Amino acid sequence: MNIGLFIPCYVNQLYPNAAIATLELLQKFGADVTYPAKQTCCGQPMANSGYEHLTQSCNDLFVENFSKFDYIVAPSASCVLHVKDHLHSHADEAAATEIRGKIYELVEFLTDVLKIEKLDAHFPHKVGIHQSCHGLRGLHLAQMSELIAPDFSKPRHLLNMVSGLELTELDRVDECCGFGGLFCIAEEAVSVKMGKDRITDHTKHGAEYITSPDLSCLMHMEGILQRNKSKVKIIHIAEILNSSSIKA
Amino acid sequence: MKSTLDHAALAEEFNKDEERVDWHDGALWWIRQKRDRSAHQTPQWEELREAASAIKSNVISNLHDYLIQFEENLKKNGVKVYWASDAEEHNQIVYSILKAKEIKQMVKSKSMLTEECHLNEFLEERGIEVINSDLGEYIQQIDNEPPSHIVLPCIHKRKEEIGELFHEHLGTEKGLSDPTLLTRVARKHLRNVFLTRRAALTGVNFAVAETGEYVVCTNEGNADMGAHLSEVQIASMGLEKIIPERKHLGVFLRLLARSAIGQPITIYSSHYKKPRPGQEMHLILVDKGRSNLLARPDFRESLKCIKCGGCMNTCPVYRKSGGLSYHNTISGPIGAILAPNLDMKQHADLPFASTLCGSCSNVCPVKIPIHDQLYKWRQEIVKQGYSASRKTFSMKAMALTLSSPEIYKTAGKTGRWLLNNAPFAINNKFNPWYKQRDMPDSSQQSFGEWYAKNGSKK
Ligand code: SF4
Repeated sequence: MNIGLFIPCYVNQLYPNAAIATLELLQKFGADVTYPAKQTCCGQPMANSGYEHLTQSCNDLFVENFSKFDYIVAPSASCVLHVKDHLHSHADEAAATEIRGKIYELVEFLTDVLKIEKLDAHFPHKVGIHQSCHGLRGLHLAQMSELIAPDFSKPRHLLNMVSGLELTELDRVDECCGFGGLFCIAEEAVSVKMGKDRITDHTKHGAEYITSPDLSCLMHMEGILQRNKSKVKIIHIAEILNSSSIKA
Repeated sequence: MKSTLDHAALAEEFNKDEERVDWHDGALWWIRQKRDRSAHQTPQWEELREAASAIKSNVISNLHDYLIQFEENLKKNGVKVYWASDAEEHNQIVYSILKAKEIKQMVKSKSMLTEECHLNEFLEERGIEVINSDLGEYIQQIDNEPPSHIVLPCIHKRKEEIGELFHEHLGTEKGLSDPTLLTRVARKHLRNVFLTRRAALTGVNFAVAETGEYVVCTNEGNADMGAHLSEVQIASMGLEKIIPERKHLGVFLRLLARSAIGQPITIYSSHYKKPRPGQEMHLILVDKGRSNLLARPDFRESLKCIKCGGCMNTCPVYRKSGGLSYHNTISGPIGAILAPNLDMKQHADLPFASTLCGSCSNVCPVKIPIHDQLYKWRQEIVKQGYSASRKTFSMKAMALTLSSPEIYKTAGKTGRWLLNNAPFAINNKFNPWYKQRDMPDSSQQSFGEWYAKNGSKK
């Protein structure tokens, strides 16, 4: 199985360790992973701001970079959802359609495609899961609190395989953190308040780490944590799942 | 009444008092939890939502026929029917009905539509006094403030503030803030209003095409008291309130109060059909942008709304910014998708007052894809030229960079592109990111660089 690794622009620049962990994790399960060097971005920052019409050449480039793979995997729920919902191409719509069906966020790839049931990972900490809204309500990585349906959680399923790790609870299991792309700038006051409240929910339940399949949410919460000199850290889920190979 | 500030600015004001934000957020979250509990106790909740959505799809697709059927049945029942294309026409109709009977005072209940039409102001300018008889709306009226929530109009006010208002306007003792006592005072005052008003206006929750009856759902019973004591009964309804048959009420009545406040059903679900002997009944069908919305395929599903307010209670942005920051009669997620249809320029900020988290769409009893519509309104607003030119410029620059691996790479290597384009990377006090958040660490080598060195070894 050959996999195209899609590393969103801000992860590439600011969270290289999460990208490395994603690559190593996939390789551990025997996947043949390639990182196409000419990739840039999924176009979401523009589209969510109302400028979807400007994303055409960005989309074409995405198609060019990724159409040849069996699967495309990315450590970012939000970007994956954007591609799934909005990738279209004037140049090659058939290829774009195919990509929309074969792109996966890392967690769902591990649980749904590789169907892993065992992990050799060790992370002796108290960890709270932040359900990114796009991962949750867009990609259905877990049951949503608003709907009446059986409970499940793909991130929790994976984290339960990590030795030493203790999951912490939340009062509001899937409330938004307030990042929201340009929302975090345009609506600074509400965005920060939402982030603070999410963090408080985690810290009052004793979390040492907040993890998520989405780094954009984590980046926003990290900014608030560090400003307030908190000891609580953020960590991408790939780094926990790959933690036997890094010093925890 | 219209504020010149946009949602972000008004929300920032609201957030200056953090303790108040916590209280507001908590009050609405409590209602969301009540909604969750009652939804969990209802067998086939999701099937009910599906059914409600399907019934409303049918209504939207056949609105013309159902409206004609409804009108015919209303007339058979002896109700006078009017059609109003906009607020002005609606208000004129109400005025002419009252004027013909020389009525100078009217009691009003359960009507967001007349709030939207600014009926009170219109009539007051013409010498007719209107009293909102529902407690929350009454409180907002004496405070001369629009409702902040479609079901809980004064949810943003604390009981002490209401006590203060009552002290000022109704002469209660200073410092009295016990809700039961305050309600008693209001009730006593309103009782007299009911007894002396000859005309009563209500809104409509559901209009049954099959029978020509309409249903008004309330907890306080004021709509009924007003209607029963009046000689002129007026109902104002938006065109979309139609349901085809009476049996469909079984679906909607089970959903409405549960979605709104977690109550199995409203205390009163009153069916109005025929005037009493000696009474007049009038019904005004109001378009006010509805047919326009019907003509927008991307947005017409918002006509399914049954105004339960559930999307507001669940919306973290609503809870943490307050309904008044939406500067529109209907606030919250549903307000943000309805308002641009009426005036895209004036409400251009509202579809952006969301993180697109999608919780609203999940609670909506008629399954309106609210967050998808917010996304689509953003596209529409930009296309129509209602976004700042500075934003358009930077978006174009971003599009250019992201469509060229060469530019992106050079930019990325120096880190300059990200520093200039990503809001979180500029370290100064003018950057809204930095105001209350630290910057992410941008000093490391990028994954791309690491991969070029190490990737092939793996
Ligand atoms: S959009 Fe849906 S959730 Fe919101 S008020 Fe209307 S019916 Fe209720």
